[in-house]
Amino acid sequence: MGELTMVAALNAALHDALKEDPRTLVFGEDVGALGGVFRVTEGLQEAFGRERVFNTPIAEAGIAGISVGLAMAGWRPVAEMQFDGFSYPALDQVIGHVAKYRERTRGRVAMPITIRIPSFGGIKGKEHHGESPETYYVHTAGLKVLAPSTPLDAYRLLRLAIADEDPVIFLEPKSRYWTKEEGELTTEGPGIGVARILREGPSCVLVTYGAMVQRCLEAAAVLEDEGIGCAVLDLRSLVPLDVETIAGAVRTTGRVIVVHEAPLTLGMGAEVVARIVEEAFDHLEAPVLRVTGPDVPYPPASLEQVYLPSVQRIAAAVRKVVAY
Amino acid sequence: MSSENAIPMVRLLAPDGSAVGDTEIGLSDDQLRELLRLMIRARRLDRECWALQRQGELTVYPPFEGQEAAQVGSAFALGPQDFAFPSFRELAAAVVRGVDVVEYLQYHRGTWHGGPYDPYASGFAPICVPVATQIVHAVGWAMGARLDGMPACALAYFGDGSASEGDFHEAANMAAVFEAPVILFCQNNGWAISVPAREQYVAPIAARAAGYGFPGVRVDGNDVLAVLSVTREAADRARSGGGPTLIEAMTYRIGAHSTADDATRYRDDADVDAWRARDPILRYRAWLLGRGTVDEAWIGATEAETEAWVADVRADLASLDAPPASDVFDHAFAQAPGTLEHQREEFLGGG
Repeated sequence: MGELTMVAALNAALHDALKEDPRTLVFGEDVGALGGVFRVTEGLQEAFGRERVFNTPIAEAGIAGISVGLAMAGWRPVAEMQFDGFSYPALDQVIGHVAKYRERTRGRVAMPITIRIPSFGGIKGKEHHGESPETYYVHTAGLKVLAPSTPLDAYRLLRLAIADEDPVIFLEPKSRYWTKEEGELTTEGPGIGVARILREGPSCVLVTYGAMVQRCLEAAAVLEDEGIGCAVLDLRSLVPLDVETIAGAVRTTGRVIVVHEAPLTLGMGAEVVARIVEEAFDHLEAPVLRVTGPDVPYPPASLEQVYLPSVQRIAAAVRKVVAY
Repeated sequence: MSSENAIPMVRLLAPDGSAVGDTEIGLSDDQLRELLRLMIRARRLDRECWALQRQGELTVYPPFEGQEAAQVGSAFALGPQDFAFPSFRELAAAVVRGVDVVEYLQYHRGTWHGGPYDPYASGFAPICVPVATQIVHAVGWAMGARLDGMPACALAYFGDGSASEGDFHEAANMAAVFEAPVILFCQNNGWAISVPAREQYVAPIAARAAGYGFPGVRVDGNDVLAVLSVTREAADRARSGGGPTLIEAMTYRIGAHSTADDATRYRDDADVDAWRARDPILRYRAWLLGRGTVDEAWIGATEAETEAWVADVRADLASLDAPPASDVFDHAFAQAPGTLEHQREEFLGGG
């Protein structure tokens, strides 16, 4: 297999899932002939027909709601929300039903639903096209929440999400859609609930996910030139959260920076820091810092690089904790 | 209010039990008696539940008295392959579908949430409180049945209040677009808790169907034969590929919204009395007596049998204990996250 973009990898994951399990359905706004606004579903309707890959009206609550009914009828829905900022009308169905159905039926009715949401900023999008909704879902009991950072991992995680018996919110970092990676598409390797250490380093660990993984790797490269060795931990799975791997990295380095695009307050960083305090407090050599978006609505295109964690801000935070 | 009267209403029996339409709708005498038996059971159970709540055996309970014909007639039109999606006041429909009543009442006893019975066993989805969200589920189920080539339909129960929710619109539009075999069954009981119909909407709810592109029918919701007839027609159409139907059954909530509600704060007894005069059971019983399908002895025996059944329900309900504490943790996930397993140990001990 040659180089693949994340869009192509996600497309392959949907293709392979549709091919392997005839109960899998793919639907959402513009996913048919257009192939989705990001082309993630390109060619799928042609390959699998209009019954299994279909456009829906612009009705996000409806998309999530029919997913519940289809799941009850024994289908395996993979629904697309067109953009993060348009996914909110579906929250009532997701929080009220998708997340609760298994619990309220004592496990009799499963919700093997995957909801894909192109997420986060960094593509000079208009309003409502660059949001980081993960906290809403992470805070909702009954959901799993995944956020891949590379094409091959996006393939693996999407396949695992679709196969999972629990509902999965699948946050695709759209600013990484067109990045490439070479290797074999496979579901083997780290599964749901497992974090990956992408780079080792003795001085500090950068805990992150989604598009910020690449920023952290860039920051680590800059810091290496200064003689500061940074590890980079890609969470991949926000629920379940791999607390053990996080705590292990903290025990090794003693210093942690959490990096995400979402606003600071009650972002994933808050949860990660709390877990570190509970599990590895004695190993901390410095306060844990967070480099995140500020507590404001996502800004217009010309200002988004002010908002997003930059290599400079990440590196500055690392220098601060290393000098502590 | 003029628009309220601008749509015809299907009615086969007048409130006094006299036939005003073609009452020969293809039911056997046994089926005709069964309809009455089910309505008698449902009302007796409903009154028992009110009493059980007052005795502290149930938590909040939403009574359905007055709506027996709407629920029994519609549920009776469904077959075992079909699936009903209730809101929270559809205990009569549940009885018709064969849902285990004691399991159902776990919900009102507070021993479990809205899916305490097996939804697949009786084709009856979990109780759905947010109002209108279940209409979308029914459309999704119907889409799935159609994909499977099953000659089956879904029926979503909702009220006049629910019809103001966005999910009603999204469900109706999607049902039309996907030609889903689904019946949107509105029990218009006149009240969204305390808000009367005239403060909720202007045009008749049934008239909305035309805007979505499928048939809309208004039926006398206190006429069990009429309800059964229009629902059966809609179900036949749905199962044979004819798409959705919206049915608006005009009825009335004789009781309060729930045991926690005080209906005297917002409506007059005179209104309630006017609707008592259109009682669905008395009407149907009078027609059956006149037809000679039942006699007073049959009714007496049925009432006695109902008393015994309700006594059993009451006894079984009283012995329903709270589930084990571990149930809090057992069902949220097929495969629970490690962080949740850790919490389970904290709450329940490591054993």
